[in-house]
Amino acid sequence: MAQYLALTYTADVDWWAPEQASELAEYRQFALDHAGSVKASAVLHPTPTATVVRVEGARGGKVVTTDGPYAETKEALTGYYLIEAEDLEAAIAVAAQIPAAWNGAVEVRPVILAR
Amino acid sequence: MHDTLAETIRVEGTRILATLIRTVGDVQLAEDAVQEAALAALGAWPVTGVPPEPRAWLTVTARRKAIDIVRRERARPGKERAGLELMEIGRSDGIVPDSVVRDDLLRLIFTCCHPALSPPTRVALALRTLCGLSPAQIGGVLLTTEVATNKRLTRARQKIAAARIPYRLPADDELPARLPAVCSVIHSLYTSGHAPMEGETAYDVDLCAEAVRLAELLHELLPDQPMPSAVLALLLLTEARRPARLDEDGHVVTLDQQDRSRWDKQAIDRGIAMLNDSLLRSGRQADAYQLQAAIAAEHARVPSYSATDWWEIVRLYELLVSIAPSTSAHLAYAVATAEADGTASGLAMLDELPPSPRWHAVRAELLARDHRYAEAAEELTRALAGPATDPERAHRERRRQVFLDLAG
Repeated sequence: MAQYLALTYTADVDWWAPEQASELAEYRQFALDHAGSVKASAVLHPTPTATVVRVEGARGGKVVTTDGPYAETKEALTGYYLIEAEDLEAAIAVAAQIPAAWNGAVEVRPVILAR
Repeated sequence: MHDTLAETIRVEGTRILATLIRTVGDVQLAEDAVQEAALAALGAWPVTGVPPEPRAWLTVTARRKAIDIVRRERARPGKERAGLELMEIGRSDGIVPDSVVRDDLLRLIFTCCHPALSPPTRVALALRTLCGLSPAQIGGVLLTTEVATNKRLTRARQKIAAARIPYRLPADDELPARLPAVCSVIHSLYTSGHAPMEGETAYDVDLCAEAVRLAELLHELLPDQPMPSAVLALLLLTEARRPARLDEDGHVVTLDQQDRSRWDKQAIDRGIAMLNDSLLRSGRQADAYQLQAAIAAEHARVPSYSATDWWEIVRLYELLVSIAPSTSAHLAYAVATAEADGTASGLAMLDELPPSPRWHAVRAELLARDHRYAEAAEELTRALAGPATDPERAHRERRRQVFLDLAG
């Protein structure tokens, strides 16, 4: 078995907003329907809550933080699922059921597993 | 002698590679091993003669080479198991049943042309693994460098391994979803050989022949599928007219002026039979390849340009642009409309399309029919400002001179 991180890219929504409730329910339903292959998942607060952290120079350097994303984008990272699947085709079949697949896009990335 | 030898090694190499990838489970290792076996054959066969079973010889040698490579790389983790399996494989006689070779070739085709890979990557992988071309040759075909091609191939192999793009046969019900990616690789290969954007036309590699070879292979492997036979029909019917596309001096000859006795009658007959078979099998609505093949068949079946059934061709283009709109199809649709319904209709359709060098060249010919020679020459000046192959450019320059002379 292999693992894939399915990253959802959709409109930069606030999942806590009441108007998102029904959509969020669809995501929950997806996770329930695929409980066998979804090993972990999360939805994220919208990008204005993000902080970008960099350390100047090398380890131990000055910690520099910047507020939020650099630019407004149409699609933002809004959540992820860790999917366990036999191969890429099986992973794609599961990812295609995530509502983000039709409300935006899902990026499927293979996870490097420790040997 | 050397050429046929190299050709045997190339054709057999693909078949061996397909099986070896499955047995060793590693595209790179299999490719390296087949490469080394091919080099060994090129060194040995001119001296010893081609062995009675060249494929078995190459298979056994490639397996030995694979074992050697694994031994050399033993230090690398995760390779031990492959090595053990190879020891077992290395003992067999190298004769792989045809049915196994067939399935392995299909696995290879569907993996190289997997929709999770980008279209140019699919083309590069197909040329490397299915046609056995070198990265330098592929770079020439894709108008890029050997270094860039190697990088693209390496990334593709890494993705196949890391993301686990499976090396397996799609089930029958998956074929409709998977075949278009395969067919588009073959078709775009042929198109870039048949109608390159620019260049001297002379390639190191005859891309059209490679594309036809792949189309033949896919059809041979999946004889009941309508899409591969439609692609093969289209390629055969287009390829049949190739000998007449240039005259003895290498000048472009347009369809209306072509010497039809130079068309390959046998290829036309086979293409038409193949198309009919494909249409019969698909039953429902025609796909883009069938429509393009039908258009090519319409041209191929008539004895002269004046005998062309332009209304039928207009009808086919109308269907084609409705299911697979493309600028080239729209341009050809406009040309056919001008032939069927008069220049004014053709020019009106052109007005709706985005200008390109070819658009200007088409417009020039239509304007010239209305004796608007000065405007026609102007259009060709614009066409000549853009990219084109050298023969096409020379053709446009000659036409421009003709129109300038007529304009007085």
